[in-house]
Amino acid sequence: MAVLEVKNLGISFGGLRAVDDFSLEVAKGQLYGLIGPNGAGKTTVFNMLTGVYKPDNGKILLDEEDITGRSNIEINKAGIARTFQNIRLFSDLTVLDNVKAGLHNQKEYIYSTLTGILRLPRYFQAERAMDERAMELLKVFDLDKEASYKASNLPYGKQRKLEIARALATNPKLLLLDEPAAGMNPNETQELMDTIRFVRDEFHMTILLIEHDMKLVAGICEKLTVLNFGQVLACGDTSEVLQDPKVITAYLGE
Amino acid sequence: MKKLSKTTKSNLITYGIVVVAYLVCEILMRTGHMSSLMKGILVPLCIYAILAVSLNLTVGILGELSLGHAGFMCVGAFTGAVFSKCTVEMIAVPGLRFLLALLVGIVCAGICGILIGIPVLRLRGDYLAIVTLAFGEIIKNLVNAIYFGMDKNGLHFSMKDSIALGLEPDGVIIIKGAQGITGTPTDSNFTIGVILLLITLIIVINLVHSRTGRAIMAIRDNRIAAESIGINITKYKILAFSVSAALAGAAGVLYAHNLSTLTALPKNFGYNMSIMILVFVVLGGIGSIRGSMIAAVILTLLPELLRALNEYRMLIYAVVLIAIMIFTWSPKGIALRERYSLAKLLKRREKEVQ
Repeated sequence: MAVLEVKNLGISFGGLRAVDDFSLEVAKGQLYGLIGPNGAGKTTVFNMLTGVYKPDNGKILLDEEDITGRSNIEINKAGIARTFQNIRLFSDLTVLDNVKAGLHNQKEYIYSTLTGILRLPRYFQAERAMDERAMELLKVFDLDKEASYKASNLPYGKQRKLEIARALATNPKLLLLDEPAAGMNPNETQELMDTIRFVRDEFHMTILLIEHDMKLVAGICEKLTVLNFGQVLACGDTSEVLQDPKVITAYLGE
Repeated sequence: MKKLSKTTKSNLITYGIVVVAYLVCEILMRTGHMSSLMKGILVPLCIYAILAVSLNLTVGILGELSLGHAGFMCVGAFTGAVFSKCTVEMIAVPGLRFLLALLVGIVCAGICGILIGIPVLRLRGDYLAIVTLAFGEIIKNLVNAIYFGMDKNGLHFSMKDSIALGLEPDGVIIIKGAQGITGTPTDSNFTIGVILLLITLIIVINLVHSRTGRAIMAIRDNRIAAESIGINITKYKILAFSVSAALAGAAGVLYAHNLSTLTALPKNFGYNMSIMILVFVVLGGIGSIRGSMIAAVILTLLPELLRALNEYRMLIYAVVLIAIMIFTWSPKGIALRERYSLAKLLKRREKEVQ
């Protein structure tokens, strides 16, 4: 069963057709890769999936629910979480608070502003539950020892992990990772690959990722879609797509 | 005993400072060691501290520069004073009357905060600062043009002059245009001021350390990321802004009930005042609740204490401003502070003893 189904998605900026006739189907528990040269429209696709841009035409179905054209807040509530190409953490908050901010809309932790100001029993109960849940997530990413650090003081690789942890805190059905390995050294990339695989297995998560690091893509993605000039160039199993002559000339190089 | 977390400890220190300062002032007053000049400045100290703490919610926690804070104080002051003057015969207990006036002032200022916040918070940075500055001035000038009276037929309102109110012979004019309100019952005192300051601190500190506060700070740190995890930007921005405005309204009510004459002059409700409050916040440390409170107290006390020096007074004031700025903001100052911090010195002493 497909968690995410995208049909004929398209958007124009002025006279530029940034993405045209883009279709995609991601099955539950799949690790799906979206690759392509710079400017091909990969991040634009992500921005349409998360409601930052409204697509001009096409449909986005999440678990068979039509979420096309909803705002990014509603889409997050519906179950899509993302990370960013350039890390966007809440830099002045602690590592723990970053994850707790991710728990903001989870029903079991919600309490009103007034409850918070008056410190009613519900406040303490919800905060304690939040702390526990956030620490659990941090432990998965081996960040529990840094819980009280300011997020901006973490080393780069750990900031990437924290961003994933925060996205997971919103309890999504689908996780979008925008170039998770950007700026990482080979060791860190290797570690990240293990983490992504672990997240998929541990949380039964469906993951769609954009990446330029071919080692990572070939290592963990099960299926690939290649974008070029806003259009789908190839789509299929990773090994087949990477040997497709069209893909090699347009993106990979001889 | 359960160990207190670092933030809880820090908050208790903040409340402790206020309580201790209050007790010291009370003892000095009771034993007659305080000059009448100092006695007169105690309530303003509370007012400025409340204003600084409430503005810090907008500037430090929400991260938006607002230069119209005195406008909200003005709303609170006038609505509170009007309420008190209207009900001065109906409600005989000054404490109860003040409490109700306080509620009226807070609610009115809060509503103003929401009304102004909805259009204004779409802007950011310098643009927001300019627009809030303008709104502050508009509020002040509007108040200067209002005529408001009461007689046996009810309340009368005019923007022209006091004759246009058409009052019966027994009527009283409550707001007389630019001459403002005279004869407000002086219901406030130092104790009430300190209680209000404590309540303000509790509200702001508890808000910051709650789910709401986390959402507000998330918006400050990264708006796009906050949206991506489902935080409603507009809602929390307006919430923070209006709470900040409502607390400024509380300070205004306190201000109005400390003096018997209330006029909206540039000195007390104009942009000078807004910038003065911003100076407290910036020098106390943006985002530091305790810091803005202490800065407000020191910078209000200083000109008064230096009164004996006459013309050198403002010179020293300026030097102190610069010194505090270096102490709180320059990297070298921060490094120096860390090296010689009291907590660290105590720890070192402990080690040596062992």
